[in-house]
Amino acid sequence: MSEVDREVADLKGPAAMPRRNGELVFNQPWEGRAFGMTVALRESHPFGWESFRVRLEREIAAAGPADDGTRYYERWLAAFEQLLVDEGLVSSEELANRGDEYREGVRDEVF
Amino acid sequence: MSHEHPHEHGHAPLSDLEARALAIESLLVEKGLITSDAVDRHVYRYEHDIGPVIGARVVARAWSDPAFKDRLLADGTAAIAELGIESPDLHLEVVENQPGVHNLVVCTLCSCYPWYLLGLPPVWYKSAPYRSRAVIEPRAVLHEFGLDIPDETQVKVWDSSADLRYLVLPERPEGSEGWPEERLAALVSRDAMIGTGIVAIPEAVRP
Repeated sequence: MSEVDREVADLKGPAAMPRRNGELVFNQPWEGRAFGMTVALRESHPFGWESFRVRLEREIAAAGPADDGTRYYERWLAAFEQLLVDEGLVSSEELANRGDEYREGVRDEVF
Repeated sequence: MSHEHPHEHGHAPLSDLEARALAIESLLVEKGLITSDAVDRHVYRYEHDIGPVIGARVVARAWSDPAFKDRLLADGTAAIAELGIESPDLHLEVVENQPGVHNLVVCTLCSCYPWYLLGLPPVWYKSAPYRSRAVIEPRAVLHEFGLDIPDETQVKVWDSSADLRYLVLPERPEGSEGWPEERLAALVSRDAMIGTGIVAIPEAVRP
């Protein structure tokens, strides 16, 4: 068990990850990827977990009470994008351009 | 005809969210910040390894191996280490349910929890009402979980702390004699190991 496991377990309140009988629930594969990338990056390139958590909570709060939690990983993804840009690891242009390549079908796998 | 359309590859168009997740992953991999293997490994680990399954394995072993059970009750940390489970910086105490004794685990101060055995704590475990009421009126709390503890049974409440975590060893259900460990482990729920549940063989499985 690593530090990041503990940090994940300590996400509380609305920021707590959706789970069923204690186990995480990923409803779509991209949700698991978004989560796994965050944990993998935390392990290989330590960033401040606190800054991720704050961004996640801000995204969830901005979504408002109408969000019943089924779109939790959308908030996670947005928070992770912000973190990457703020930490200077990826630029927003890179994210936008690469995103377009996948949306337009120029790319369809990770390579 | 300079533009290839994804349908020609037989793929459904990606949703915006899928495209964004792929964009991040491919950029991070390209920059050498993560590997796709590491992402796979973490997703797998969280979906399969980190959950009540690990605790359930410990319980099933204790039911099957009386000598292991004795060691588990004497020194939980050392006994789970035999199964290759690390209890990071913490001491684990295992408390046994028996006829006349029911154990319940709470963390009144925050949300200390043996997450390396049970996965992420349920929302109610972290809630203020559970944390205070489990100590003040454990029988009422258990009733809300569908457990009616007879008056003659003692309810013991264990308050976790930063360096001491508790696991309830539930009573082995009647009718499970001779079952292999794997089959036993499948019966053990997270709640049974917190003490807000018991282990029973589902009706459908009974002979």
